[in-house]
Amino acid sequence: AKMFTQVYGDNGKMKEYHYTGPVEHRFSPYSFNGGTVLAVAGEDFAIVASDTRLSEGYSIHSRDSPKCYKLTNTTVIGCSGFHGDCLTLTKIIDARLKMYKHSNNKSMTSGAIAAMLSTILYGRRFFPYYVYNIIGGLDEEGKGAVYSFDPVGSYQRDTYKAGGSASAMLQPLLDNQIGFKNMEGVQHLPLNQEKAVQLVKDVFISAAERDVYTGDALRICIVTKEGIKEETVPLRKD
Amino acid sequence: MALFDVSGYKSHSELRGQIIGTGVGHFIDRPNQQFSVPVGVDPSGFLKSCSREGGVSIDLNHGTTTLAFTFRHGVIVAVDSRASAGSYIASKEANKVIEINPYLLGTMSGSAADCQYWERLLAKECRLYKLRNKQRISVSAASKLLCNMMLGYRGMGLSMGSMIVGWDNKGPGLYYVDDNATRLSGRMFSTGCGSSYAYGVIDSGYREDMTVEEAYELGRRGITHATHRDAYSGGVVNLYHMQEDGWIKVCKEDVSELIHRYRKGMF
Repeated sequence: AKMFTQVYGDNGKMKEYHYTGPVEHRFSPYSFNGGTVLAVAGEDFAIVASDTRLSEGYSIHSRDSPKCYKLTNTTVIGCSGFHGDCLTLTKIIDARLKMYKHSNNKSMTSGAIAAMLSTILYGRRFFPYYVYNIIGGLDEEGKGAVYSFDPVGSYQRDTYKAGGSASAMLQPLLDNQIGFKNMEGVQHLPLNQEKAVQLVKDVFISAAERDVYTGDALRICIVTKEGIKEETVPLRKD
Repeated sequence: MALFDVSGYKSHSELRGQIIGTGVGHFIDRPNQQFSVPVGVDPSGFLKSCSREGGVSIDLNHGTTTLAFTFRHGVIVAVDSRASAGSYIASKEANKVIEINPYLLGTMSGSAADCQYWERLLAKECRLYKLRNKQRISVSAASKLLCNMMLGYRGMGLSMGSMIVGWDNKGPGLYYVDDNATRLSGRMFSTGCGSSYAYGVIDSGYREDMTVEEAYELGRRGITHATHRDAYSGGVVNLYHMQEDGWIKVCKEDVSELIHRYRKGMF
């Protein structure tokens, strides 16, 4: 349980401090375990990357807890938020994938997984999974696809998306470097795989510099029609 | 096993029962899932009470301006495209119009997940209606289906303000449906946090005998001025026109460029 009181109220002004008497602390089913996830879709590849730090409050529980999970040969999901819900959610998705494979004799496509995840998340609309999900993979035509979700299942297809604790820092950077937004007179070059991987590494290094919950190591999963390749890169450990 | 139960899979015998039929006719398919509810707490206040304890902050995608009005040549539907989660803009190009079928559109405002889920369910019900009755569902019936879905979960904290727009045997139809199960037929509606600004613009410029181009411009202006003044609306204007032979997507324009164009004439 936290020992300090919240100094700033909801409207940004400092709260007046006075002793209020005994305060009831309810059990909270949620906890925030940190971590950042990022996905980029290219012409014929998709990249899903996450840091590997698992934290809670001021402590670090583990430096080797990646947040990307392989679902099929063409799809990877990144989940950040509350680690307990991430584990249960990925177990449920794996079970549903197996059932689909046995009933339909084929693997689920990335778009189908995204639609299914939306209904799984909405099934807990009144007691949500505290997980920010991003799915990265190849669609039926072999092009890269990224689907981003909110905790209760609202989703859409994107070209690139950052989620998790450093998402607000990374998203504007991705808008600028991949989407060429907010600058003028720049040539729009298509993104190839090597440039995308280098960009992801640079972006996570920046995140680790400025976000306390991001760091330790970076796990990158590159999805192509040949399969899924994994790469691990060290980040700041402080 | 616990995982089997909680994963929401329907066993083979259940599926067979649905296909062959149990002898009871049902007009609405119950959704395939039960909703889990936190034990012993009021669901609508639960999420807010969990937030900010130990760094937990569950922000759901929200916020909008949408508008629709009927005129001589059909119905105009215009929406913005910003999805906000707390103060963070989660998406600049959210899709807030669901194309149920070539003659029916639904708009979304409020909580993104609620709108996407229930309107997709509505699309499924409309398709089933067409298969069972060999004719397209009327706008009135479609809006009633959505309204009754909302009534089932009234008081549980759902947030949805939607307009069902279509063209059926009775002509152009426009209904407003919200999470309180309010259902209103009308000639002009605007929903979302930017709706007051949009009402000001479309109320002052509306004439029943407008030309099609004037109506497009009015819809665009309504959304643009609302996004200019409302923090939770922005992005692009998505404009649809519902005609007798179906809807067409008219345009998708960035609001910053539009407001620039309008302000040039102002000062």
